[in-house]
Amino acid sequence: MSPGTTPVIESSAGRWMPAAAHAGIPSLRRSRLEHRALRSGLLTGGAWAAAILASVPLVSVLYMLIVRGGARMHWDLLLELPPAGFEMGGGFGNAIVGTVVMVGLAALISVPVGIACAVFLAELGPHSTLASAVRFSAKTLTGLPSILAGVFAYASVVLVTGTYSAPAGAVALAVLMVPTVVLTAEEAMKMVPRITKDAAYGMGCTRSQVIWKIVLPTALPGILTGVMLAVARAAGETAPLLFTALFSSFWLVEHGAVRLMQPTASLAVLIYNFSGMPFENQIELAWAASLVLVMIVLFVNIVSRLLGRRRV
Amino acid sequence: MITEPAVMNGHTTTSNGNVVIDCTLKQVYYGEFLAVRDSHVPIEKGKITGFIGPSGCGKSTVLRSLNRMNDLIRGFRFDGHVHFHGQDVYAKDVDPVVLRRHIGMVFQQPNPFQMSIFDNVAFGLKLNRFRGKVADRVEQALGRAALWDEVKDKLKNNGLSLSGGQQQRLCIARAIATEPSVLLMDEPCSALDPIATRRIEELMVELKQNYTIAIVTHNMQQATRVADTTAFFSVDMSKGGRTGYLVEMGPTKQVFENPQQKLTKDYIAGHFS
Repeated sequence: MSPGTTPVIESSAGRWMPAAAHAGIPSLRRSRLEHRALRSGLLTGGAWAAAILASVPLVSVLYMLIVRGGARMHWDLLLELPPAGFEMGGGFGNAIVGTVVMVGLAALISVPVGIACAVFLAELGPHSTLASAVRFSAKTLTGLPSILAGVFAYASVVLVTGTYSAPAGAVALAVLMVPTVVLTAEEAMKMVPRITKDAAYGMGCTRSQVIWKIVLPTALPGILTGVMLAVARAAGETAPLLFTALFSSFWLVEHGAVRLMQPTASLAVLIYNFSGMPFENQIELAWAASLVLVMIVLFVNIVSRLLGRRRV
Repeated sequence: MITEPAVMNGHTTTSNGNVVIDCTLKQVYYGEFLAVRDSHVPIEKGKITGFIGPSGCGKSTVLRSLNRMNDLIRGFRFDGHVHFHGQDVYAKDVDPVVLRRHIGMVFQQPNPFQMSIFDNVAFGLKLNRFRGKVADRVEQALGRAALWDEVKDKLKNNGLSLSGGQQQRLCIARAIATEPSVLLMDEPCSALDPIATRRIEELMVELKQNYTIAIVTHNMQQATRVADTTAFFSVDMSKGGRTGYLVEMGPTKQVFENPQQKLTKDYIAGHFS
């Protein structure tokens, strides 16, 4: 039957057939060799390949860490002090404590400052010149080479106090954390819908009440995600600690009291120091410490994912 | 036709001593944009005043000027007076925060807070450091908003878990819990289905025994159903801009059945929108 003729519904086989099937309407079945389909297939394949390529470094690093770090992994490593020179055994308990203490101090500095700053950027003066300047410098600071944060802390804390110390390391890490906290918290607060804020103003809220009772609670998951990302980044930083906290083979405790104003160990610096040593024992410890550090960062990231989940 | 000059305050028969909010608006700007001009809108106690008119005629702007919600918009300038119980709300010493506690508002999109149903209604009470029994007031407000029976067993649930119509009634309950004297409603039904709309309309008619209500609506039938007084706004495009102004205001029956202005007549007949 040619396309021009009136379609006839064939019913000889007792089956109903759509009239269109006989009226020259093209088949709708997919053809894999048609050139648009080919191009689409190539692009899809390319995207898959790129995605796999991008995850190669992460997967291979994790693999190496688990194989080489896992070989030496033992609970004792988490409790013992680093070995010296030709000594065998040892661990990196003081480095874990040092990392936790310094990151914690850095968070104590950067989180309140960062959130207060974000409140200004998102709510109080979003269009002010100061806000544009702060936003610009925060964005620039996120790309700051981390060693420069160390230089800043060296000049402002180490030289002033006259000693390498945990607080000096914390200041360096805080400088790196503030921009991340500011920018993510501002973004989270901007996501609070206009109509929700209108509702609060319509109820007779002052601006500070709107911020405290509505904007901050509503934006909290987003803010916490930003904080945790900043924490995870800071935990892995080496360069800013090299000449602020330096390193130590001892606990932060002296004569039964915690003393922060002394050189402090951290996992990142321990990995840096030990991996370059000519001793097999130290190199193995560096691998194990890397595994622990990655686990800590992974844990923080998972917590941030959980906190960032919206609850309705 | 549209360039026809407005007759200010088309009639004065309703302007007796019961005016709660007397809005005399000269010019309202958003930045350089003249949004509304020359409109006198008196709102009477215990009645529902409906604002109708085509899109962009400034009816929402006028409504939001009454409790100074527009102050939150950058570039907003109000030239004129809004007298609330005789005080000019735009006077320098008036705190808009205090004003909004007396003139409540319900918005176009239901906007409950990200908190429980109970806390949503109790929110304003806590703001005002209400000293009585909060639970009783919450129940009373939800009851008046015709929502109590539906939510009494799930007061701890998040306000956002309710349906759209329920959310809007929750917002009304939240607004009336603090006993404002005036309730402004900015197209409160435009995001709702017809059944939910009908419930809100019934509610408004009940609420006017205790509150004065001003409502912006896109729906002329809604205005005829609920409003005692109707204000018709239109857009003037004669000077290149789109400036809204009040064309006519009067008892709803009169505005719809015997409009004084040709523009009103055309709009009601559906000749333009």
